[in-house]
Amino acid sequence: MARLKFLCDSDRCIECNACVTACKNEHEVPWGINRRRVVTLNDGRPGERSISMACMHCTDAPCAAVCPVSCFYGTADALVLHDKDLCIGCGYCFYACPFGAPQYPRIGNFGGRGKMDKCTYCAGGPQQDNTPVEYLQYGSNRIAEGKLPLCAEMCSTKALLAGDGDIIASIYRERVQQRGYGSGAWGWRTAYKQELSA
Amino acid sequence: MTAFPSAALAAMLAFGGTAMAQQQAPGLAAGAPEVQSAAPEVGAGRGGANGQQPEASERHSATGHPPGGDREAIAPRPPVPVAPITAPPPMTARGGADAAEAELQHALRGGVIQGMVSIPNQAAGILIQPEGRDWREFRTRILTIAGAVLVLGMLGLLALLYLWKGPQRIEAGRSGRSVERYGVLERVNHWMVASSFVLLGLTGLNITFGVHLLRPLLGPENFTALTLGSQAVHHFVAFPFTLGLLVMGAIWARDNLPTWVDVAWVKAGGPLAKGHPPAGRFNAAQKALYWFVLGGGLLAAASGFLLLAPAILDNISLLQVAHIVHAGMAMLMIAAILVHIYVGSIGAEGAFEAMATGRVDYNYAREHNGLWLEEKVQDAHRAAAASPAVARAAGAD
Repeated sequence: MARLKFLCDSDRCIECNACVTACKNEHEVPWGINRRRVVTLNDGRPGERSISMACMHCTDAPCAAVCPVSCFYGTADALVLHDKDLCIGCGYCFYACPFGAPQYPRIGNFGGRGKMDKCTYCAGGPQQDNTPVEYLQYGSNRIAEGKLPLCAEMCSTKALLAGDGDIIASIYRERVQQRGYGSGAWGWRTAYKQELSA
Repeated sequence: MTAFPSAALAAMLAFGGTAMAQQQAPGLAAGAPEVQSAAPEVGAGRGGANGQQPEASERHSATGHPPGGDREAIAPRPPVPVAPITAPPPMTARGGADAAEAELQHALRGGVIQGMVSIPNQAAGILIQPEGRDWREFRTRILTIAGAVLVLGMLGLLALLYLWKGPQRIEAGRSGRSVERYGVLERVNHWMVASSFVLLGLTGLNITFGVHLLRPLLGPENFTALTLGSQAVHHFVAFPFTLGLLVMGAIWARDNLPTWVDVAWVKAGGPLAKGHPPAGRFNAAQKALYWFVLGGGLLAAASGFLLLAPAILDNISLLQVAHIVHAGMAMLMIAAILVHIYVGSIGAEGAFEAMATGRVDYNYAREHNGLWLEEKVQDAHRAAAASPAVARAAGAD
């Protein structure tokens, strides 16, 4: 099986937020929750660059390690998914996650955060694939339909790449060689303990 | 009107036909229509046939060649650059370190990689927070291992102590007389804090160890139901616990202020001393426990309330610190309270009834808290001397 990863080529990202919009629309993510976001470093200054960030589906995921009810599970494609029926909304995964991926429908209110929500890599959850129940909890399951995540598919500049780690890494390397520069794959060192040098 | 030949027109103008000249446009060409149309001609007023050419403020300013030929004054050329303009550096050289390098630096140095987001949740501007790794280490390794060692180790020590020494008897035996040690408020408050603490401790231990101990036994669904419920209990019971701690701070602080008697009590060997070194209402160990529970409990409560309302801090690093303080303090308190429970129940004969009924045996009070008993007896004597009627209520029975 593939080892699915995300890669954001920050030399291409133009902060159009189409990935954010695509994700929210595809999964009907409620107001206030952003499974994906675009972070701009050095905004308005020399060296400004934007990175689209969501759950990176880490190797040895910290969220899964700290979960007090062990609601996370890994798929055959090495995605890190979670079972909302088991989640207690304690917020531990949010403390541990390096990328701020876990989101909660509520904040405050006696600690009742509600069930955690995060990027599923468009792979749904533990429910039966592409059922209304699954859609309600996790959004659509494009992976089960043989499609890649919509954020990457929609990316106007093809900055955001999704797919097998080796394939997207080779695409990125080719780009870097062709244009002569590349600032590396943001989050890869933290998420996959791997540096992507061209 | 007939058309005048130009010579005739000039003649008329010459001998004073001014009215005629005012009606007629100058320079009327030969062959012009005899009757002027009522509507103005096309181009009238715009420099057409009959229009007056408007006077420009500056002639030759907009178009055409200026008569003087001094074009520099009208359209200045860009100045010749002083320094040569070089090509911009490649993209990689503009923004400092590359991704892997930045991540490594932040991971080593601590601190988040912070940017700007265009969504309302500004906290999402943190791109990468490497501290999560340290907190994970605390949660999965330090807290579980140290907590287990602390709690199980303390239980083991107390079991050994019980097997070795057994319960500490009242040396003089029960006297059959009792003396009031704790009032109603003190006892009610104690049991409110005690029951809240047990609930908080058990539900907290479930969050830390339940996934290893109970989840395999109950199954994922049942364990989640249990943990969800115990989480709610933990959140709500925190309030009576905190209230009780504050009451304890108000009613017991004076009797727990350290004195020289406590130094002597510790020097004599404390709880392991032969016989009973003299002590006031509380001995040094009880005072230490009191201040530890009060300070540690309030610290755990404060950090817990911050975790309960994460929007107050709204800072992931501080939330991690709050959790470390909360969980670490809680484990230490559980270990300390285990000692307290042991001494107050099976560890020392006659101790439990102090909190159960409010009264202790006279001999127990004489052995454990002799100075306090003397004071109490003296107070009773004074009260008896002043008014014999209330002597029995205030003093030793």
